[in-house]
Amino acid sequence: MAGHNISIPPNYSKNIFSGQNISCFRGGRVVFSDLNFSLRTGEALTLIGPNGSGKSTLLRLMAGLLNLPSGAISWNNENIAEDPERHNARLHYIGHLDAVKPTMTAFENLTFWSGLRKGSSAGIEHALDILGITHLKNVHGRFLSAGQKRRVNLARILASDATLWLLDEPTTALDARSTEKLLSAITHHREQGGMVILSTHHDLGLSSNKQLDLSHFQNDHDLSWFADQDYLNQPRSVS
Amino acid sequence: MRHFLALLRREFSMAFRQGMDTFMVIAFFILAVVLFPFGIGPEANILSRIGPGVIWVAALLASMLSLERLFQTDYEDGSLELLFLQPMSVELLVLTKIIVHWLTTGLALALASPLLAVLMSMETDNMGLLVLTLLIGTPALSLIGAIGAALVLGSRRGGVLLSLLILPLYIPLLIFGVGAIDAAMNGLPIKSHLLILGSLTTATLALAPWAGASALRMAIKN
Repeated sequence: MAGHNISIPPNYSKNIFSGQNISCFRGGRVVFSDLNFSLRTGEALTLIGPNGSGKSTLLRLMAGLLNLPSGAISWNNENIAEDPERHNARLHYIGHLDAVKPTMTAFENLTFWSGLRKGSSAGIEHALDILGITHLKNVHGRFLSAGQKRRVNLARILASDATLWLLDEPTTALDARSTEKLLSAITHHREQGGMVILSTHHDLGLSSNKQLDLSHFQNDHDLSWFADQDYLNQPRSVS
Repeated sequence: MRHFLALLRREFSMAFRQGMDTFMVIAFFILAVVLFPFGIGPEANILSRIGPGVIWVAALLASMLSLERLFQTDYEDGSLELLFLQPMSVELLVLTKIIVHWLTTGLALALASPLLAVLMSMETDNMGLLVLTLLIGTPALSLIGAIGAALVLGSRRGGVLLSLLILPLYIPLLIFGVGAIDAAMNGLPIKSHLLILGSLTTATLALAPWAGASALRMAIKN
């Protein structure tokens, strides 16, 4: 898939999702600081960096799940904190946990989530088909393996439309074939005018892809140490 | 409205499939009250004198049993943060949880209370009133309890902390709920007690969804 260029039909509206001077402190430590990013319709951004470098935190900030300590994240130049419900409507988030209820079947789980977003049951069937889990439709959550739960969770974001996908290590627990299916779903989503931001430890071979490396901030220093280091105060950007 | 119905359907289906919760609440309620005749002795006049208070206290404790899990399971399996990322208000989520909690505990407690009134040798005339006070008062138990459940979310030993937080807040409800029945037993007017009980419930209804939602935001966003 690498090298294949994403072509976006010209009639899609152009959106910009961007962040300026984002800093994040957790437990008195700098996780990252003065971070900038910007993403346009059809683009993908991969967050890379070792454990603890703040990939998940950055994705949660982008989703509005964490309060932003400093800086701004905006959609078409409107701060996402101004209207959280509108931001929620345009994003899908995959976190570390799959949120599949043990007492409900895969289909019932998906029906609930898509019911909150004007999804249809035809959309759910289609999503199950794309990920190759139609046979698990009526299986209760408690009987699903980790990889199957992950695929049900991924079907959730395919079952209803949202422009921005925020995926936190989406390939965890997936086998090679499922990873392939996810990657083609991502490509399809981008061709439909979507945007994808994902964190990963492996090179997934996404085409025309931006990277944001958080390993520069990887260190164990506290705030006072940080203040003395001029080079770290340089803004880091992707464009 | 679409969001409300979707949430309601989900909460109900989970409550029914994990049906043990309601059963345990009722079983605890009955057992706790049944202990009193054994401890105090079978003298009907003493039992009927303390009956309303015992039943109300047992109802308070029983309704707390399932409160800890109100948000806990959604918090632990990642559903809660996804619910935060839907195009709907968190207040609606809290309100739906409260409604389903009341229907599966408070309502069931009120309906089971006449049986216990017989055990406590209460006069049959006052059984209807006992059910009525519980119907008016137990929604407030779920409403206040939801604020507490949201506040202790993510803390260790949340169950004990939860009871320390909310039991003191249950005292006014207890006073006016039992007060109404005591007044009826002594031939006094009961209207003022019932009105105050109702006003406590409506006041907490106006407050709890917002307070609960803010507490959830603190748990998630920090």
